Amino acid sequence: MQDDVEALIRDFIVDNFLFRDDRDCLSDTESLLEGGLIDSTGVLELVAFLETEVGIEIADAEIVPENLDSIKSIATYTKTKLAQVAA
Amino acid sequence: MCGITGYFGTPGASLPGRVLLQRMIGAISHRGPDEQGIHVDADAGLGHARLSIIDPAAGKQPMCNAEKSVWLTFNGEIFNYIELRRDLIARGHVFRTQSDTEVLLHLYQEKGLDCVEDLNGDFAFAVWDAPRKRLMLARDRMGVRPLYYTECEGCLFFASEVKALLEVPAIRAELDPVALNQIFTFWFPLAPRTPFKDVFELPPGHILTATPQGTRVRPYWRLDYPEANDEGAWDGRSEADIAEELRELLFDATRIRLRSDVPVGAYLSGGLDSSIITAVTRRIAPDRLRTFSVTFESREFDESKQQQEMVQALKTRHDQIQCSTADIARAFPNVIRHTERPILRTAPAPLFALSDLVHAKGFKVVLTGEGADELFAGYDIFKEAKLRRFCARQPDSYLRPLLFRRLYPYLPLLQGQSHTYLAAFFGGGGAELDDPLYSHLPRFRTTAGAKVFLSRDLRRELGDYDALAELRESLPGEFGRWHPLCQAQYLETAHLLPGYILSSQGDRMSMAHSVEGRYPFLDHRLVEFAARIPPKMKIRALREKHILRESMKDLLPKGIGNRTKQPYRAPDSQCFSGPDAPGYVDDALSRYEIEGAGYFDAGAVQKLVNKSRRKSALGTRDNMAFVGILSTQLWRRAFVDGACKVGADISPREVA
Repeated sequence: MQDDVEALIRDFIVDNFLFRDDRDCLSDTESLLEGGLIDSTGVLELVAFLETEVGIEIADAEIVPENLDSIKSIATYTKTKLAQVAA
Repeated sequence: MCGITGYFGTPGASLPGRVLLQRMIGAISHRGPDEQGIHVDADAGLGHARLSIIDPAAGKQPMCNAEKSVWLTFNGEIFNYIELRRDLIARGHVFRTQSDTEVLLHLYQEKGLDCVEDLNGDFAFAVWDAPRKRLMLARDRMGVRPLYYTECEGCLFFASEVKALLEVPAIRAELDPVALNQIFTFWFPLAPRTPFKDVFELPPGHILTATPQGTRVRPYWRLDYPEANDEGAWDGRSEADIAEELRELLFDATRIRLRSDVPVGAYLSGGLDSSIITAVTRRIAPDRLRTFSVTFESREFDESKQQQEMVQALKTRHDQIQCSTADIARAFPNVIRHTERPILRTAPAPLFALSDLVHAKGFKVVLTGEGADELFAGYDIFKEAKLRRFCARQPDSYLRPLLFRRLYPYLPLLQGQSHTYLAAFFGGGGAELDDPLYSHLPRFRTTAGAKVFLSRDLRRELGDYDALAELRESLPGEFGRWHPLCQAQYLETAHLLPGYILSSQGDRMSMAHSVEGRYPFLDHRLVEFAARIPPKMKIRALREKHILRESMKDLLPKGIGNRTKQPYRAPDSQCFSGPDAPGYVDDALSRYEIEGAGYFDAGAVQKLVNKSRRKSALGTRDNMAFVGILSTQLWRRAFVDGACKVGADISPREVA
């Protein structure tokens, strides 16, 4: 389950922000902002994806780079949210 | 206004010079459909396609002096030709015509290369001085009129547009990867580079001389600003005093740009700048005013309410054309054939439609408000940079980043951003504060995001090339001593203005339909004056173009005079993604064509195309990438494959 979430997120990032098939060019910890992969529209796309496809609810105050700026941080944040829902 | 071509040297054995010049002029005959002329000498050839505006009966070109030893081919206008002519007559010159062309010829004979310094105008010209065996090329200070050149087999060729150079049998179009990298960073290649490998642009404010000893390019004018802490002659001058001088200069700049033997119209966008030009014209020539505008279906882009407000206030005779997403998509391949470069926005396309309307109404000349945003700090990027510095002073402030929402009220997606993301997008504390490109870093970063689509091969060829580093190195030595606002203004005025605004949105779109644009704000007297206006009078708090508004407030309806800058934008990728998209889009973006060209990664492009079909609107970076990739592929079709010469999409008038 946990790995599925990470794979799902990676697929979404690759298909929507990175676009490229040569996946080795984006590491799990790379900043999406610094790499120019995500702009102001991209953040909202990402939030919409996490809410509709992954099924978590994101409060405005949580839309911050600390939660959403790399595959790893998105996955960690998402897993925490999923755990809250399950609890 | 016209098109010019020519060469210096021996143009190869396969074609006689006269035939070659005929073909070169033919390729740019849209620039000058009224008349064509050729002069061939032992060492040089000049060609000219004429759009008759001043002294239609007698201004034939190439024009020579009485001895037939000095020949001129000239595109553009010398707006102060009446004053120059009067002075030349006083010094004993005898004129055969009333044309500005002959004035330029006499001025050259008297002053040689320095003649450019006396000219107030928009020009690109070539002088062949047979006794000196010297060819001189020159281009106006701001880069209104284009001029390209290349050397091939020991011969120098030049032309108003690159497509004329491609008529030379030995010259082949090939994409310069560095230029593509620059376009996908700045929106344009850094002059003298062009997207065509080994074809160069003569930079604005430069002259080129070619003699049997070699070729030399040098500047004769450069944009300059006072040092940040030096108020010099401005010390103690009141705002009202400066506003008054500004007003006088703009009136005079407009007055001399109304000199024409054919009727002059004006573009009316509904924004402050074109409204000012229209209002000033109304004062100078009340009976001659005819205005034109473009409207959009979508309220996000449309400004027809403001346009109508000005039309009512000034009682102009007005024509407008509505530009739909389908119109943009249909025109786009032709637009690229005229821009001759990949572009990241579709914004030139509606202007292409607008010049078509102006032409159809029988007008050859239009005034526009271009330049005011650069001179008086109208663009959002200036306020954005000011805000970023303001935020950087208090990096922990919660409230400061929220001001970015106020800066971009027309970008709905930005309104929903948290303060931390706003701070991250626009961020710029620490070391960045010392970067000379500080003001433009967010824009360049977002644009450069589109480079993710470049193919593996192209990336390999580019190696560690850094476009930002090249721009930094090209800045004048005193740049660092200017006020931050002036630094940002320089980047816009010396680079984006000629590199994109005046070329892809300006000359190339209007001349595609034989219409000449004139830009009162870009009179160099006004440009030099504006550069010295203290920054605090340009942006007052977050009110842009403050001094300009002050100087013109009695001429405009209040609603227009106080209007916040709304950037001119047009629908982008959505034009090419709907069910009605023209068939060429699928072909140009197909795996077959993308891989055939080798510029982009075909898999990545496919994902982007799919995304654009899934979503009603793409974000900024994706939009730029989509339009950039499509236009690059269309550029290749038009020039590299030789499809341009078939002329399938060119309307009969453009071929005529």
